[in-house]
Amino acid sequence: MTNKIGAKQWYLENFKIFESKLNGESESSFHKVRHGALRKLQELEFPTVKNEEWKYTNVKPVLNQNFTPAANLKFKTDNSILKQEYLFEGFDHHLIVFVNGLFNPELSNIGRLPQGVIVDNLKSTIKNRPELVEKFLHRSKIITAFDALNALYAYDGLFIFIPEGKALVKPIHVMYINGDNETNVLSQPKNTIIAESNSQVSVITNYVGTGSKNYFSNIVTEVFTDANAVVDLYKIQNEKTDSFHIERTEIHQKKESVFSHFNISFGGALIRNDINSTLDDEFCECNFNGLYLANDKQHVDNHTFVDHATPNCLSNELYKGILDDESHGVFNGKILVRKDAQKTNAYQSNKTVLMSKKATIDTKPQLEIYADDVKCSHGATVGHLDDTAFFYIRSRGVPSSIAKSMLIRAFVSDVIEKVKIESLKEKLNHMIFEHLNREEI
Amino acid sequence: MLSIKELKAQVEGKDILKGLNLEVKAGEVHAIMGPNGSGKSTLANVLAGNEGYEVTGGEVIFENKNLLEMDPEDRAREGLFLAFQYPIEIPGISNSTFLKTAINEIRKYKGLPEIAAKEFLVLMREKAKILGMDDNLISRSVNTGFSGGEKKRNEIFQLLMLNPKLAILDETDSGLDIDALRIVSNGVNEFRSRDNSVIVVTHYQRLLDYIVPDFVHVLYKGKIIKSGGKELALELEEKGYDWVKNSELTAASV
Repeated sequence: MTNKIGAKQWYLENFKIFESKLNGESESSFHKVRHGALRKLQELEFPTVKNEEWKYTNVKPVLNQNFTPAANLKFKTDNSILKQEYLFEGFDHHLIVFVNGLFNPELSNIGRLPQGVIVDNLKSTIKNRPELVEKFLHRSKIITAFDALNALYAYDGLFIFIPEGKALVKPIHVMYINGDNETNVLSQPKNTIIAESNSQVSVITNYVGTGSKNYFSNIVTEVFTDANAVVDLYKIQNEKTDSFHIERTEIHQKKESVFSHFNISFGGALIRNDINSTLDDEFCECNFNGLYLANDKQHVDNHTFVDHATPNCLSNELYKGILDDESHGVFNGKILVRKDAQKTNAYQSNKTVLMSKKATIDTKPQLEIYADDVKCSHGATVGHLDDTAFFYIRSRGVPSSIAKSMLIRAFVSDVIEKVKIESLKEKLNHMIFEHLNREEI
Repeated sequence: MLSIKELKAQVEGKDILKGLNLEVKAGEVHAIMGPNGSGKSTLANVLAGNEGYEVTGGEVIFENKNLLEMDPEDRAREGLFLAFQYPIEIPGISNSTFLKTAINEIRKYKGLPEIAAKEFLVLMREKAKILGMDDNLISRSVNTGFSGGEKKRNEIFQLLMLNPKLAILDETDSGLDIDALRIVSNGVNEFRSRDNSVIVVTHYQRLLDYIVPDFVHVLYKGKIIKSGGKELALELEEKGYDWVKNSELTAASV
């Protein structure tokens, strides 16, 4: 369907349909959040390349199509939609499944949870634990029109709550299956992960695509890491190659908390990630690990921001990419060290390998330091696979195709090595070769 | 086994090899010595097929085949092995995966089935023992985080695992202490046989105390200017490279 009325108008009009279907829920306090978003979306325009933050990412293709918000649709649920190959194996986990951003209880297998732990969907949580929703979700920031769009239709999504002192032993495996055979769907999960003090949780999110129609995933994820909490968040983005994926992840870190993010990007026509962490308190540790692979004419844009607002924090960022064919990558990594943030350690590195002459990357590491007693470094390199290493491997009788695969694996190894779940490492290596159409090693 | 005739090669447009001749027969060990910049490493790299080096003339016949027409991987499959002066680190690929891939590719080329897992393991243990490497080193990523000595040792380990016909050692002795030198030489001597040949490229005579050559050649300005037996190496050590340079000049002026 081509866009006849403009994206903003289309989404504002669809909101009337959405609202009419809410029934009693429109009386809930959460509905105020949506109305706040409505006013915001009326004010804001979708970003253009004139906007510095969107300079290299033209969202026109996303706006030229009318996507129907999933909450306004009735889907024929087919349980075969969850394919075995989507699931990560080799470790016990709690499985929660969302289809087009809507919780699917039949496909989920959450299992037993320790007392007080919540692994649920937003819709139920609004009903069952309104005080939690009130406390954490009413203050979500809206920066872009995409954020406003997500908040406007905020209806469902992941909701995790780990109470004080609890450690969830098994990782939570979150499957997002998007797409449909009849409609161009707008899938908008609103995800929330709350780890209270001294708690621990590992969350693996996996986005996959299905159906014949292309779709748009517009996601907002918020992570609240309280004092001493340890949170690992893995994002494996493997959407359909004709579809769009925009996500903003906001992390709020309190004293001595450790947050590790893995942003592994495989598919999609246009991918944009904004990952922002605010180190709000002393002795926090924040790790951003990223891997982006693209081929054909795919576009992948990663914007990260670490705000060192307090002293004695550590941030470590490593983003690596392999771009083939005519794909385009963007990396914009900003580190802000505020005046009071003495004894900050902040490191950032971005490395990209271009596998073809037509692949391009725009990389912009930014370091802004206002404190004087800090250790910071950043750097970006763009290059090709190492010729000498290529020769070395071939000189052992290994054909050039496998030699290339070995070099790819070598290139990504320092990111993959940081993955803490052994069988996930192997799976990711497998996905890398599959995605690049290269022989696996 | 190997016949090099009038070999000429360039690196980045600069002539390095200027008509080099060398005959190596099965079972022989040849040492190629020479001062820095004489073309020793270029010779080793050209023979192994490094595309950074351009052959501009001459021919190389290896086991009755035109070596210069082959890709590096085919040269290896035909039985040529280069121990690198600066071995490359390949993080994320274990020594065992690397070697198993190489062995199976070579076997495939020869029409042989893949090596059995158990046979491979036994072979690894046997060869590692010769070089005093522990099992831990085998499971580690290729050369990653290895010391200079460990890397050189790993090259010889690969040599023993792949068991080629001709081994070219490019300055394998550089940066090795005396103990490591002994271990590495011991590995090379293990490889020596009536059917296998070795070309030892070195700046110093020291290595040749342990790997005793049948022939010593002096490479200077891209040509072999003097050949002799193992005693030539000792003479060089004693008199220095100026001696051959000068004697070459004397010979030329006569």
